[in-house]
Amino acid sequence: MSPLGVWRNPRVAFGMLVVLALTIAAAGAPWLSPHDPLEQDLLNSFQAPAWSGADAAHVLGTDSLGRDTLSRLIFGARAALIVAFVAALFAGLLGTILGLAAGYFGGRLDAVISRLVDVWMSFPSVLLCIVLAAVLGAGLHTVVIAIIVIDWTRFCRVVRSEVIVQNSHDYVASAMTIGLSSWRVLISEILPNVAPLLLTLFTLEMGIAIVVEAILSYVGLSVSSGVPTWGGIIQEGRLYVNQAWWLMALPMACIVMAVLGLNALGDGLREAFDPVESR
Amino acid sequence: MTALLDIRDLDLCLKARPSVRLLRRVSLAVNAGHIVGLVGESGAGKTMVGRVVLGIAPGNARVTGSVVFDGRDITHLSESDRRHLLGREIAFIPQNPMTALNPVERIEPQMTDVLRMHLGMTRDAAHGRALEMLREVRLREPEKVLRQYPHELSGGMRQRVLLAIAFACKPKLVIADEPTTALDVTIQKQILRLIKELQRISGTAILFITHDLGVVAKLCDHVAVMHGGRVLESETAAQLFARPAHDYTRALFAATPRFDRPGGLLQAIPAALTQRLADEARELDSSRRRDGE
Repeated sequence: MSPLGVWRNPRVAFGMLVVLALTIAAAGAPWLSPHDPLEQDLLNSFQAPAWSGADAAHVLGTDSLGRDTLSRLIFGARAALIVAFVAALFAGLLGTILGLAAGYFGGRLDAVISRLVDVWMSFPSVLLCIVLAAVLGAGLHTVVIAIIVIDWTRFCRVVRSEVIVQNSHDYVASAMTIGLSSWRVLISEILPNVAPLLLTLFTLEMGIAIVVEAILSYVGLSVSSGVPTWGGIIQEGRLYVNQAWWLMALPMACIVMAVLGLNALGDGLREAFDPVESR
Repeated sequence: MTALLDIRDLDLCLKARPSVRLLRRVSLAVNAGHIVGLVGESGAGKTMVGRVVLGIAPGNARVTGSVVFDGRDITHLSESDRRHLLGREIAFIPQNPMTALNPVERIEPQMTDVLRMHLGMTRDAAHGRALEMLREVRLREPEKVLRQYPHELSGGMRQRVLLAIAFACKPKLVIADEPTTALDVTIQKQILRLIKELQRISGTAILFITHDLGVVAKLCDHVAVMHGGRVLESETAAQLFARPAHDYTRALFAATPRFDRPGGLLQAIPAALTQRLADEARELDSSRRRDGE
């Protein structure tokens, strides 16, 4: 597989486009958004999106307080991306370390970690999130911690089984028989072979994190309404859905696109990295 | 002369089920500079003997008996002692060249790791030595090979790389676990010739694990025949092929397909013989249990 080959996969291309758009929106939010997302203009509340013939000053309309929807969505991308990236990163780190240890060293360590994962996964995850948020108090950091605490198990299980598969390959025995230490074999021989899988898992996890962030924002456990989040916009829009449908529909569309993009990227990467499927 | 590798009364059973014995009192000696063949059917325990010597026996197995290498008992070495021994004094040629190299690493670091670790070479010195090694195993364009990934090499080329790695530190003993089984016949022949040549130059002893009697006849000084975890017969190659003493060895010879006598049916190992061997093994196990072992 050539390095260029990955980008030729249509899913990867679509996914990367979405990730790129999200990143630009998140990084450039203060410059890209046409209005201050918090600026209220009560005279111009519930303006419809510009394409329905309303005032072109607010391309995607305004909410109940006359705040510009487009600007709020762009700033919402910022919250979504930060949460998704940081949460997926640390969930991945924690899960990978435990998964590597369980798969490679086996025995009692494996038994303990695997049972822990089993017990962990038997908790209803959204409920656990809500309890955690209640304990830690609302805020973006709570959302991140909640996702890490819940989703490390995904990484752990998959990495563990992949390490067991890799461990049975002769190259591991060969590395042992030239006198490499167990740690060295694990880090410099097995880990690079698990890395493509990690990239896929990470991408999928980011999609999941965006949904979880939206759910927690929706139930009001994320940030105060001062910071616009997609879930928060949906929650506020719910009250006025009969007057202003766009207040719910647009952030939903953002979430769907982001998750679709990230899932496509994850699937595409898995296809591209799988030597059997890419043939 | 004391043997370089002296395996005495090696037993291996599963920790969870001690009645399952994979090796039964295996004794075997390899003299310095000799090639000793370890032959037997699948499941005879020959690979397990190699793994025990290398100290990479599965974790759920219990090993008793002794493995003495170069005057030193290595049956239960600590990991750090074993690391000093493996690659430096005892090297390994694995069975399947297709999976024995790390697929995501270029050839160069896989070859130079062993040199830098055991001989303390610098990156540049190791690079030069790796080139030299690749020439020794008759690989063309060694510079290019070093930059390639394993999947860019053919099976025969990979096995040559693995041979180069095994012989890199001029070890005293190489354990070759069916190094030619996964290759096609013409490549097999070249690889065998190369092993023989490397062995002659470096004076290394080889424990050659195989089920191919033809290979044994060409290559080995001494042969041990294994079945059901036991060594049934251990003889010099000349003696064994001229006058096989054990019924099983004779049956094994008879079962070898002969192309110089076409038209004959393929001979199987007689069921009565395998039955007798299984009974013997069971008898041996139960007598040892009575002795309180």
